[in-house]
Amino acid sequence: MEFAELIKTPRVDGVVLRRPFMPTVEGTLCLTGHHLILSSRQDNTEELWLLHANIDSTEKRFVGSLGTIIVKCKDLRVIQLDIPGMEECLNIASSIEALSTLDSVSLMYPFFYRPLFEVIEDGWQSFVPEESFKDLESMTDEWRLSEVNKDFSVCPSYPSLLTVPRDIDDESLCKAASFRHGGRFPVLSYYHKKNGMVIMRAAQPLTGTNGRRCKEDEKLINATLCAGKRGYIIDTRTIAVAQQAKARGGGFEQEANYPQWRRIHKAIERSNVLQDSLIKLVEACNDQSHSMDRWLSKLEASNWQSNVKEILTTACLAAQCIDREGASVLVHGTEGTDSTLQVTSLAQIILDPACRTIRGFEVLIEREWLQAGHPFQQRCAQSAYSNGKLRSEAPVFLLFLDCVWQILRQFPCSFQFNENLLIMLFEHAYASQFGTFLGNCVAERGKLQLSQKTVSLWSWVNRPQELERFLNPLYEPNNLVIWPSVAPQSLLLWEGVFLRWNRSTKCLDEAYQEMVHIIEYNKELQNKVNSLRRQLAQLETEDKMVADLK
Amino acid sequence: LNHIVEQVKLLDRFSNKSVTGTLHLTATHLIFVESNSTSAQEIWILHHHIASVEKLSLTTSGCPLLIQCRNFRLVHFVIPRERDCHDIYSSLLRLLRPVSYDELYAFSYNPKQNDQQREEGWQLIDLAAEFERMGVPCDQWQLTDVNREYKVCKTYPRDVYVPITASKPIIVGSSKFRSKGRFPVLTYFYQEKKAAVCRCSQPLSGFSARCLEDEHMLQAISKANHNSRYIYVMDTRPKLNALANRAAGKGYENEDNYSNIRFQFVGIENIHVMRGSLQKLLEGVGTRSLSMTDYLVGLENSGWLRHIKAIMDAAIFLAKAVTVEGASVLVHCSDGWDRTAQVCALGSLLMDPYYRTIKGFMVLIEKDWISFGHKFADRCDQLDPDPKEVSPIFTQFLECVWQLTEQFPQAFEFSEWFLIQIHEHVHSCQFGNFLGNSQRQREDLQLKERTYSLWAHLLSENQNYLNPLFSPSFAESHPVLEPSTQAYHFKFWRNMYNQYDRSMHPRQSILKHVLTLQESNRELEGTVQALKTKLQKFGVNTSPLKPQTPPRECSLPPRPQSLILGAPLLSRKEVQQEEDEEVFGEEAREDAPASTGGERTVEGSSATENSYGELMGSFGSKNEPGVVTLEFGVARMTC
Repeated sequence: MEFAELIKTPRVDGVVLRRPFMPTVEGTLCLTGHHLILSSRQDNTEELWLLHANIDSTEKRFVGSLGTIIVKCKDLRVIQLDIPGMEECLNIASSIEALSTLDSVSLMYPFFYRPLFEVIEDGWQSFVPEESFKDLESMTDEWRLSEVNKDFSVCPSYPSLLTVPRDIDDESLCKAASFRHGGRFPVLSYYHKKNGMVIMRAAQPLTGTNGRRCKEDEKLINATLCAGKRGYIIDTRTIAVAQQAKARGGGFEQEANYPQWRRIHKAIERSNVLQDSLIKLVEACNDQSHSMDRWLSKLEASNWQSNVKEILTTACLAAQCIDREGASVLVHGTEGTDSTLQVTSLAQIILDPACRTIRGFEVLIEREWLQAGHPFQQRCAQSAYSNGKLRSEAPVFLLFLDCVWQILRQFPCSFQFNENLLIMLFEHAYASQFGTFLGNCVAERGKLQLSQKTVSLWSWVNRPQELERFLNPLYEPNNLVIWPSVAPQSLLLWEGVFLRWNRSTKCLDEAYQEMVHIIEYNKELQNKVNSLRRQLAQLETEDKMVADLK
Repeated sequence: LNHIVEQVKLLDRFSNKSVTGTLHLTATHLIFVESNSTSAQEIWILHHHIASVEKLSLTTSGCPLLIQCRNFRLVHFVIPRERDCHDIYSSLLRLLRPVSYDELYAFSYNPKQNDQQREEGWQLIDLAAEFERMGVPCDQWQLTDVNREYKVCKTYPRDVYVPITASKPIIVGSSKFRSKGRFPVLTYFYQEKKAAVCRCSQPLSGFSARCLEDEHMLQAISKANHNSRYIYVMDTRPKLNALANRAAGKGYENEDNYSNIRFQFVGIENIHVMRGSLQKLLEGVGTRSLSMTDYLVGLENSGWLRHIKAIMDAAIFLAKAVTVEGASVLVHCSDGWDRTAQVCALGSLLMDPYYRTIKGFMVLIEKDWISFGHKFADRCDQLDPDPKEVSPIFTQFLECVWQLTEQFPQAFEFSEWFLIQIHEHVHSCQFGNFLGNSQRQREDLQLKERTYSLWAHLLSENQNYLNPLFSPSFAESHPVLEPSTQAYHFKFWRNMYNQYDRSMHPRQSILKHVLTLQESNRELEGTVQALKTKLQKFGVNTSPLKPQTPPRECSLPPRPQSLILGAPLLSRKEVQQEEDEEVFGEEAREDAPASTGGERTVEGSSATENSYGELMGSFGSKNEPGVVTLEFGVARMTC
């Protein structure tokens, strides 16, 4: 298919672009296969380059022959284009509609994008499972790397290499896989160096209504416990939901079969509920006419903050089991690809200082989200302005980022990165020139040959020039476990994402600059003092030598 | 009088945690000293801060005593013997209801200053100088001596400013037509447009009464400003309230009787609604195991932020009328000492950068609140309590300022700790400034001779209240603040209403961090200079250091030991320890289905703290380190 077929009117003059808190721009609108471009062709006005993939939905209106298209983006921005001429407007609207909903992944922009920068470090090669296993090996010999899923036949959504208990052979793994939803048998997610406790993750066990059991599964997770020790199973669903899952062949671990484990149920919502929550929240944030009462009631009704609190609480609980109780943890929900990953990854941010560095955070996202098979393509197909016909869209990853932001707010000096990195990841998960978030699992990415045909997001982020933007000037490495408060008073609305386009941030930005300035001046002064001291010490020594000679 | 009770338990408000210690009751404070020698937490509660004491029914562990403070602290003691509990309880009841002013702490508080120092403290704020700064007296406004002896209005200050053309008979006539004699006077003069902000109380207009002198008075205000043909009259009450007042012979200005006025209601609720609203807010955010839904519903139902927004909207209206239209504005409510004070003060702060400095903010409070007779004694329940008179009007003003600091982080010289500290002392009765209901009463009490001024105290430690991001040049680019009043810009002020609930606060404070850096920068600048001087002796000339930040005038004394910013700046090691000892805000809600059978590995005592979920009383172990105190309040300062 040629993009040209979809573009009936490639260019319209005299189009007016309106955005809140930004000057109006009048110029020429151009449609390309992947971008909507508006340029005033003047030197100092900003051009708009919008990826079609970033467009969530459009609306059109007409007043006489002047048409207006309202473009709502996945990054939550809303822009208005006033287009003279009814036919032009209709053509543009239908082209945008078609181009922003292309079904075929291989037509997406990342397959066409050629970087204008030199790739110094290829992000596709930056995170290899063997590397992280080497670290683990240096700490313990209890674990091994299994190739049982080499051809993705045991579990299609897992990567080919998995870390499992040393004493469990591949045959047992296959049996355990047949007992878990989607073949997602328990694998290692995190090893707590301090006390050797681990977080494992899986999907729900397929106990069904008649209480099926699987000796290999039991053996597998028991193998992670030290002699005489017990562990916790954190089921991210309520007991009622877990019970209902039995009727569909799923279920939860029966106490009788897992006597060394204590099960805890939490209430993290399912994906369709989360999507609804996002839609309501963004609607509330975008309505400028709200009275105070209406705003608070809409915010409450969206349930977004409740979801943040529940996810964060569950992650804290998992971290607490590990660090405070000295007990290992197995986390799962239904499929083990959503709430499970929110919990395991957040727990690691709380527990492991390495995850709070930029590199470590990238490793975490690579390992706990991309490799672990979070279906990004499905979940991020539509964002808050999606109307009707939702398939499996859900802001699971955005909620994770929101939770990270909450921790960052409470420990502003403990993270090497700042809010910009989180916002950037949100944007790129939904629409990107890079291939990183395409596909739903490792197997799919392999088939799409992403590593050969597209550029990795990390190749770009890890360039020193870009990295600068994501550095937190307040960072002071801190080797501690950081326990966030989950009281509702401590959890804030993430304005950087949800009010991003609805407020002027000039004053806040300037204040931030001032803070950076104070910090940098401090460093400069310290260097100055050190160099002067050295200079002085040298002169004094010389002086003394001269005196001695005399 | 000095009760000592040992083995008293202090329960945490939000968790099941408790510490044991000794309770001391002194003439001024209730003091709890933790027994644990390593951490030895101390809590000092000033009797004046106590709003209510409640003795709950006896339990197996002892007799619970619940103390609620006006600074939003809530402590829950369990005293082993009922008799002791009763003694403390009845002593407190006596102590927290002083019957005469002489019993207030301010009259016994002595910061070891001599008389001269004390007098200097009281002379720090000079309102005549402030009016001069605004450009008054001038060709249109003059100082009148009509109230020199408090004969025209008992609740006004002696010195008031009126239009040149307002003769004494007009003033006196107008005052007779206004509630409590509070006739229109100048409170702020916007020199650039010669526009005035005036304040008064409601007219006694009833359904049809009118008063020519009052009409002349408003005309005089109007004539004093050549930039505008009309003046705004802002009635800060909801229209319904104003209508209801007419039946009682009061009411509002009839536009037909006054020439060239533009009358406007702005709908701020009365003191009773505000009192109820705060009550609901505190009930909401004081709940244990508060869910997000209950929190947000509680916030909405309390109406608190709606009221805050209403005050802000009114102040913005005022500032726009003055700065954009150049019109003079007359503000009133019923008596003109609550809503009027809020709107005039906040409006002036929006218009004039001076009020956003530490000194200027003191001047603003002195002018619009203290001198014009905001009834601090009644509103803050200082003496002879009438529960119907108590209301958080001044607290709301402080909160509005805080909301502005959130939108304009560089506009204010002070940080929120300054606001919180002022709030603390409005209720502490430790300094004379806020005692009584009017200037006249304060003179009768001889406060300047017998008590100390809070302003001197705050200025002496102003380095603790500085906003490190404050930029004096911001005032040049933003002489008038134009805040957004979108609902989502109004936030819950956790650091005020949950200030003692430490577990809710960010564990690392950017404010504290940047303040420390700034202090360090100043020290380093000094070191650089010293090193250069030494180098010069060796004949080495180094390039002069270019200071990147404008040098501050004040030199910094070492940070005192126990200030509101959270005790001395902790060393790295202590901070780490503290972080490691985090307490969690979440409670066990439901017990997980207990696993059946099998023995459990219990290595030590059960984990009862730090619970995010259902681990209560489960297996596992840890040694609970003692909690390091980081008091937000001023406990130690007030002793």
